[in-house]
Amino acid sequence: METLTDNNWLLTVGAFLPLVGALVMMFWPKDDESGVKTIGIATAGATLLVGIYTLIKFDYGQSEKLQFAVDAEWIEVIRSGYTIGLDGISLPLYFLSMCVTFLVMIYTWDNMPDAGNPKAFYILMLVLQTGMAGTFIAQDLILFFVFFEVVLLPMYFMIGVWGGEQRQYASLKFFLYTMFGSAFMLVAFLALFFQTGAESFGFATLIDLGASIDRDVQVWIFAGMFLGFAVKVPMFPFHTWLPDAHTQAPTQGSVILAAILLKLGTYGFVRIAIPMLPEGAKAWAPAIGILAVIGIIYGSLGCLAQTDMKRLIAFSSVAHMGFVMLGISTLTTFGINAALFGMVAHGLITGMLFFVAGSVKHRFHTLEIRRLGGLLIQMPKMGWILGFASMASLGLPGLAGFWGEFPAILSAYNPNFGLSEPLFRTLMVIAAIGTVLAAAYLLWLYQRTAFGVPSDEFKGHSTAEIDAGHGADDHGQAMAHSLSSAANADADTHEHEEIKDVQLTEWIAWTPFLVAIVVFGVYPQLMFKVMDPAVQAMVETLGKSLG
Amino acid sequence: MLAVEDTHAALELSSGWFLENAWLIALIPAIGFALIIGFGKKMPMKGSEVGLASMAASLVIATGAGIQWMQRTDSASHGDAEAIGGAFSGVRGALSASESGQVEPYIEPVVTQWVWWQNSGLEFGLGSHIDGLSVLLLCLVAFISLLVQVFSLDYVRGDRRYTHFFAALTLFSSGMLVMVMSSNMVQLILGWEIMGLCSFMLIGHWWEDAYNSHSALKAFFTVRVGDVGLLVGTAILFFGANDFAVANLDSNGFDIRAIQAWALSGEGSSWTLIMASSALFIAAIGKSGQFPLHTWLPDAMAGPTPVSSLLHSSTMVVAGVFLVARIYPVFWEGFNIANGGVSFIAVIGGITIVVAALLAFVQDDIKKVLAYSTVSQLGYMMLGLGTGAWLPAVFHVFTHAFFKCCLFLAAGSISHSGSHHSFDMKKDMGGLRKFMPVTFGAWCVSTLALTGVIPFAGFWSKDEIIDNVGANGYTFLFWVGLVGAALTAMYMTRATYLTFFGEPRGAAAGIHHDDAGHDEYATEFREVVISSTDLVAALPKSLSAAANVPGDDIEHDAEGDPAHGGHHADEHDDHGPHESGKLILFPIVILAFLALTSGFVNPTPLAGDALGANLGEGVELLKKYVEPRYEPVAIGEAAGHAGESIQLLELAPLSAAEAGADGKDAYATGCGRSTPEPGTVCFFPKVKHAVPELSKILLSLGVVALGYAAAIGFCMAFYKNKNPRLVGLTERSRIARGGYLFLKNKYYLDVLYQNVFVYFVSRPLAKATYWVNQNVIDGVVNGVGTSGKKAGNWVYNNIDQKIVDGAVNASGTVASETGHGLQPVQSGKVNQYGALLFGAATVGAIVLVILNVS
Repeated sequence: METLTDNNWLLTVGAFLPLVGALVMMFWPKDDESGVKTIGIATAGATLLVGIYTLIKFDYGQSEKLQFAVDAEWIEVIRSGYTIGLDGISLPLYFLSMCVTFLVMIYTWDNMPDAGNPKAFYILMLVLQTGMAGTFIAQDLILFFVFFEVVLLPMYFMIGVWGGEQRQYASLKFFLYTMFGSAFMLVAFLALFFQTGAESFGFATLIDLGASIDRDVQVWIFAGMFLGFAVKVPMFPFHTWLPDAHTQAPTQGSVILAAILLKLGTYGFVRIAIPMLPEGAKAWAPAIGILAVIGIIYGSLGCLAQTDMKRLIAFSSVAHMGFVMLGISTLTTFGINAALFGMVAHGLITGMLFFVAGSVKHRFHTLEIRRLGGLLIQMPKMGWILGFASMASLGLPGLAGFWGEFPAILSAYNPNFGLSEPLFRTLMVIAAIGTVLAAAYLLWLYQRTAFGVPSDEFKGHSTAEIDAGHGADDHGQAMAHSLSSAANADADTHEHEEIKDVQLTEWIAWTPFLVAIVVFGVYPQLMFKVMDPAVQAMVETLGKSLG
Repeated sequence: MLAVEDTHAALELSSGWFLENAWLIALIPAIGFALIIGFGKKMPMKGSEVGLASMAASLVIATGAGIQWMQRTDSASHGDAEAIGGAFSGVRGALSASESGQVEPYIEPVVTQWVWWQNSGLEFGLGSHIDGLSVLLLCLVAFISLLVQVFSLDYVRGDRRYTHFFAALTLFSSGMLVMVMSSNMVQLILGWEIMGLCSFMLIGHWWEDAYNSHSALKAFFTVRVGDVGLLVGTAILFFGANDFAVANLDSNGFDIRAIQAWALSGEGSSWTLIMASSALFIAAIGKSGQFPLHTWLPDAMAGPTPVSSLLHSSTMVVAGVFLVARIYPVFWEGFNIANGGVSFIAVIGGITIVVAALLAFVQDDIKKVLAYSTVSQLGYMMLGLGTGAWLPAVFHVFTHAFFKCCLFLAAGSISHSGSHHSFDMKKDMGGLRKFMPVTFGAWCVSTLALTGVIPFAGFWSKDEIIDNVGANGYTFLFWVGLVGAALTAMYMTRATYLTFFGEPRGAAAGIHHDDAGHDEYATEFREVVISSTDLVAALPKSLSAAANVPGDDIEHDAEGDPAHGGHHADEHDDHGPHESGKLILFPIVILAFLALTSGFVNPTPLAGDALGANLGEGVELLKKYVEPRYEPVAIGEAAGHAGESIQLLELAPLSAAEAGADGKDAYATGCGRSTPEPGTVCFFPKVKHAVPELSKILLSLGVVALGYAAAIGFCMAFYKNKNPRLVGLTERSRIARGGYLFLKNKYYLDVLYQNVFVYFVSRPLAKATYWVNQNVIDGVVNGVGTSGKKAGNWVYNNIDQKIVDGAVNASGTVASETGHGLQPVQSGKVNQYGALLFGAATVGAIVLVILNVS
């Protein structure tokens, strides 16, 4: 694989700058909460600027080549190098991780989870950022593994300390389950290394040599990687850690988990498992496809059974990642492009849904669907955002979700490399039916939470209901208003805690998500153009060994 | 970044600014939507001015495009004299002969598109594809949308979500316009789904009421079921047509023209074509409310009347028909329409005509009568398309839009000013012709048009469909069409009688069974429910729940501007029936005028003769400008960009000569009858046109007259004279009661869907799945975890304790006693984090090393 080494300091800085911030924060007094928060946000902001500079410097004409590549010595004993680089496949995810961390930190400014201690919380998020960014730039298996595992710990603590009532169970389950998968993955990495007799753990080398391994051996090595990545994705039936982790995690944790962490698994398939083990991938593709589609239907049915809004959104991730995996399992350029797009889209959309769920929880202290209702009356803007994100999530064209789902379904009609057409076409139809179920659970959620009238429990608590008496918008502009309704509303204003509509920090944190969902939905070429050449190159390489 | 891929017009085919910038027609309302959402509430007219202005702008551009398209078509006809003369005139497109011997070249659509997305190295476009069909519908949609918005100005004045209403209405039109001008299947899906979204927003406009939100959900969901077919069908077409498209047309398998050409090229296997056409038609069934997925349409009446009117005339439901018409070659080949195959489309269309018309008889709600009437009329369009009558079907889309829109707006006018926001014909109407003469007049004109009375618009289009169905050899369906026409006359007579004749009842008589203070919008649709007490239990829960919500529970002023929160009804101090205001009547009158005249756009020549006026062939405007010409087109080797790859075909005059020799035999060859010659492609099949006969026209008029006579007789006997043999028949006769209940319950389809399918999936199946998840799959995980922990404890207690070191201690804290271990963490000491972090990492490392060794 050709590499470009211009500006090769960029990725290292981008990945490790958060650690510098974390280090500074270590010595900052814990009591200075806003100081701590400022440092955290500033660090993430600086990292994001580096990310933006990376976007500018990236050569889009050669997105199939590794750019900003570094190949330095690292652990000579085990022949692992500090090999990093970025191409069209990893660029969107790399940048997304930076944005998400930054925005989540802004959101945290006003929405610190109940356990307090922003210093520790921000430090963990910065460590997490390094882990995520590192995973997407690593071009060496051991380096990849290290970053992949670095991500685990901060998330473990985020769930375990700042989570909900069952946080300890959930965090431990998350940690151990992922560890379990990682163990097999590492074994598979080592087996691959020894089987190829490679000189290094560099991706390029292993991709070159991996294809020469015996088919049976490839299948076994692939199995190990499959376990590691499938747990992370998560694919049915390895998904049960996900609803617990998501439900118990603080909002910030859920957002990062949904937006980035799940993608580490799918990214692993695209970047490592499939290119390095073509025969293994081909042998496993039908199984992956079947599990993916089971995940779609199963996740949707799971959603329909939920009574808790956040758990429902968590289950929907199982279904959505099913579409991503279906795209990957076809081994076609079409499908893998769709999968990559789907990863980013799912990150944005489900991240947004988790944000809304978190804010609803913050205000109502419950997420039980039965108790909610009339969100559009109490918090019109929040209600609109929820509706928007739901529509995006069910794959409405013109919003980002569609471009992950539709081409993925499409690609299953014509799988690559002689994979069984009848099987994949059946999968295609079932996956398409999955979109109906997606509409069902999302609209049903929306109908019950946003439509209707607020339950007696929460009636009259919201500022929007009161503002309705003061003017058309919440600045209370001097529109003509009826005195009588204002007087009515005043009656129960002061007795209750107010339910406020979307607040400033929420707007700042959410607007980029909302804008990105629309922009990528309306003009998907922005992302496809970056990814497509890289994916084409990858599938071409696959084709050389699979014919 | 945007690579403009502008297909310039051919040398001789005229083009123009409007044709090349037709994408503005859809873009302007889309921007209008954004403006209304963003700033609407602060504008003097609450955003409605933006909606109106954007629709007006669209209409202007669409009209411009329409005129230029006609010029383009004419320019081709003018140029062909030279072309025949052998001069390489550069007329792009082939030449053919019409029945009169005039040479008619294929008119290439004007395509303007940008790269929208790419995949696998193929670039897919977004833009406009302007030909006769799209230009016709663009004008139609923009025009109807504008009128509906004018109507809405007064009709929804004072609504609590006035601004949102106009925003959604504008986006709705935009969605339809996007779809109509789409140059590829993905763009078509985009418009298709935007409409789905907007129908959801608008049907659920008064979402405080559970019935409304339920109806909105039902509409979106039912259509979505059909959309499975759209996704699958698009996939089949894409992979079927892609290689052909890349090789021959330098486009891709999403491109509409590529799909058309591929379907007629003979390259696709018949299996592929039949699967694709079946899948896509399922989508059309869902969208266009064909049997058995028509059930969402009547419930869609829960939205405000302007929405119903827009939805049922030119947008949304027409989308399915448009889909079939747009890629007609696929259906033509897939269902073997050319050889008179009994197609899926024709059968469904035929069933829908009758099934929906029968349902219209038992509705008390005026809007529901019209809703089922729409379903039935859509059946005609599908019937036409399914039997090869492409042009009549498209013509019917055109005329139907005017009179159906007019009928809905008239119904709105009645409820607005005549029946105090009720739509119940039996309770609140009757005798309204005296109070609302203009509305009455418009209603009658539109009813006559709908029922197909000469010379009103519906006659020309509907009769042409029926005639062509018969002429193409579908005798049974021909009779189905005639029976449908008679039924239409009957149910419309009943509705007209109940509304405008007889004694005023309820609100029409000035009696308000609901107190004036109630919230008319949220409640106006509540009476929907229940036909017989036996059925209460079987009804969907939310429906019966909705019926029980008292109006006062709804806090209609909770959102929106209280200045307008007062009901506009209050403007009318006397609540008795009266004529509506100018803003409401203006669109109705215009539409009624068009219901009378729009048929003359394409009258069949002989029908003209029958009227005693020889209109000649020149008046068949739609045939001339809308129907694509069927002659093969050569494809050049030197492909520039998409549109440029088509070169002049010199062998065209040959086939023209052949065709000219014998008009009838010409049908046996050419596009859609046989594979086009190598090096040529076809974009449209050679459809037949029935030669109208006086006897057939008289037959259909007779059937309609019979329907009228029967219905008038029945109405007089039943409603006016209360004939004892008829009144109470349903109580006396079991057969009559059974039939009545069967219809009243909509063939129990709703019960089947709601209580069987939806219930099964959302309750037992989902619950069972979740149970399996929690107890089986997760049970295994927890079991492994628990036994692992036990094993660990045992190992730790019995073996490891002797060789402990610091690292293991620290990690043990994490692994086995998380609960205790986390307490100090919560106290927030950073040092301990560090220790835990590294401790855990150590455990991880040890585990991995062990695994690695083994």
